Amino acid sequence: MILKEREILNKTEINILISRLTRQLIENHNLFEESILIGVQPRGIFVANRLQQKLKELSGIDVTTGAIDTTFFRDDFRRKDMPLLPSVNNLDFSIENKRIILVDDVLFSGRTIRAAMDALMTFGRPTSIELLVLIDRRFTRNLPIEANYVGKYIDTLSSEKVEVMWKETDEIDKVILVKK
Amino acid sequence: MNSLSTKHLLGIENITPEDIQMIFQVADNFKDVINRPIKKVPTLRDITIANLFFENSTRTKLSFELAEKRLSADVVNFSAASSSVKKGETLIDTVNNILAMKVDMVVIRHPSPGAALFLSKHIDSVIINAGDGTHEHPTQALLDAYSIREKLGDVKGKNVVIVGDILHSRVAISNIHCLKKLGANVKVCGPLTLMPKHIESLGVEVETNLKKALEWCDVANMLRIQHERQEVKYFPSLKEYTLQYGLTQDLLDELDKEIVIMHPGPINRGVEISSEIADSNNSIILSQVENGVAIRMAVIYLLAGKI
Repeated sequence: MILKEREILNKTEINILISRLTRQLIENHNLFEESILIGVQPRGIFVANRLQQKLKELSGIDVTTGAIDTTFFRDDFRRKDMPLLPSVNNLDFSIENKRIILVDDVLFSGRTIRAAMDALMTFGRPTSIELLVLIDRRFTRNLPIEANYVGKYIDTLSSEKVEVMWKETDEIDKVILVKK
Repeated sequence: MNSLSTKHLLGIENITPEDIQMIFQVADNFKDVINRPIKKVPTLRDITIANLFFENSTRTKLSFELAEKRLSADVVNFSAASSSVKKGETLIDTVNNILAMKVDMVVIRHPSPGAALFLSKHIDSVIINAGDGTHEHPTQALLDAYSIREKLGDVKGKNVVIVGDILHSRVAISNIHCLKKLGANVKVCGPLTLMPKHIESLGVEVETNLKKALEWCDVANMLRIQHERQEVKYFPSLKEYTLQYGLTQDLLDELDKEIVIMHPGPINRGVEISSEIADSNNSIILSQVENGVAIRMAVIYLLAGKI
C-alpha cells in the first residue's frame, strides 16, 4: 500500500484560522461570562487550548476551558477489535446553565460529536451547545450534525484521512491529507 | 497494548501486572463517572450479564449489579437458595440453560474452588470469578490494591500485612498475588493453625506476633474468621483469638506511625477489629466499597470488549 501525503495547512495558515475563529466567537459570546470551551479528547483539546490563548491575546479574557472524553458513549464499542482505553475528563466546574462551545479538530461522520454531547449531558444541563471545528470534511456525515464555526472546509474521499498535527505532540503545526 | 491478556477473570494468579495497571487506569475513569450527577454510561447497552451466586453475599453481589447497571448492561440474578439446584440440577446444566437465554457474560460465586475455571472450559461465555471457595476472589484483591494506591499514591514498595484466617481466605490468596505483582512486600499474620501449608512459596513471610507485624507495615488488612468453612476448632476460643489478633486502639497507640486499616467485610466488630478503629480516619473500609464498583465496571468493560 502506497501512502501519499499532501499538506493542506501550514503553521501560519492554522494561526490565521484560529484568529478568525476566535473573532467569530467574540462576536457571539461577548465577554464569555457564561461561556465555556470544551475540547473533545484526545485531539480537540489542542484546538481548544489555541483558542483560549488567542482569546487572551486579543481581548484579555481568560475563558474556562475543559476536556470531555467520549469513550464510554461511543456507538462503535465491540465493533472494533479492541476495547478503547479512555482519556481523562477535565470538567472541574459546573456546566449547568452555561453556553458550551464544543471544540474538535476534524468533523467527519459526526459520531464523535454525538457521543460528546451525550457525555456532556451527564454532567448537567447546559443552556446551549455549539460546535467549532478546525477542519470540516464535507459530504461525509453519517448523522445530521453540522458545525457552527468552521476553520476550513475540505472535500475528501472516504479512503483519505485528514491528520492534524500539533507542536505539543508532533513537533510541528500542520494539517495533512493522507491518501492510501 | 489496548486490551487485557485474558478472556476471563478467573484469578489474579493468571493475569499480568500490565493487566492490573490497565484495570486501574480504566477504573479511574469509572470512579469519575460514578461521582457525576448522572452515574451511568450507555457503553454495554447491548450486553446481558448473569450473576450466579451459589453462596451468600451482600457487598460483592450488590457491587457487581451496580457496576453492570451503571454500564447499562441488562442483568439477571440467580441465587442457588431459590433455584432448581435444590432439585438436583448440575452446574453446567444450570449455566447452559441460562446461556440459552442469550447471556454474554457470567459472574459466578461458588463454594467449590475452581468452579469458575471449570465453567470457562465448558461454557462459551465470558466468566468473571466473584469468589470460588477458598481459592480466589480477584475483584476484591483488585479493589484492595486500588484503594491502597489511592490512599498512599502507589502500591510498589509498600509493606502490607494480611491478618487473620489465611487458611480459609480467598481474599488473602488473591491479595497476595495482586500485591506481589504490583511490587509490594507482603506478610501474613495469624495463629499457625490458620496458615496454609507452603504459604511462603507465594513469596510472603509469616508473622505470628500482631504487634511486630503492625510495627513493620504501612497497611493492615484485617480478615474475618470464616466460621462457615471451619469444620474443626483452630483456636481455643473466639475471646482468645481476639486477645491475640484483634486490632484495638491501644495497639495502634503504641505504634510510632499511622497505618492504613482495611477490611474486606463483613466485619465482626469486637473480634478481629474494634468498632472505634473500623470507624476511625485511618480506616478506608468504605472507600474500598466505593472503589469496588469502579473496579468491577473496569473489569466488565475491558472483558466485554473481547466478546
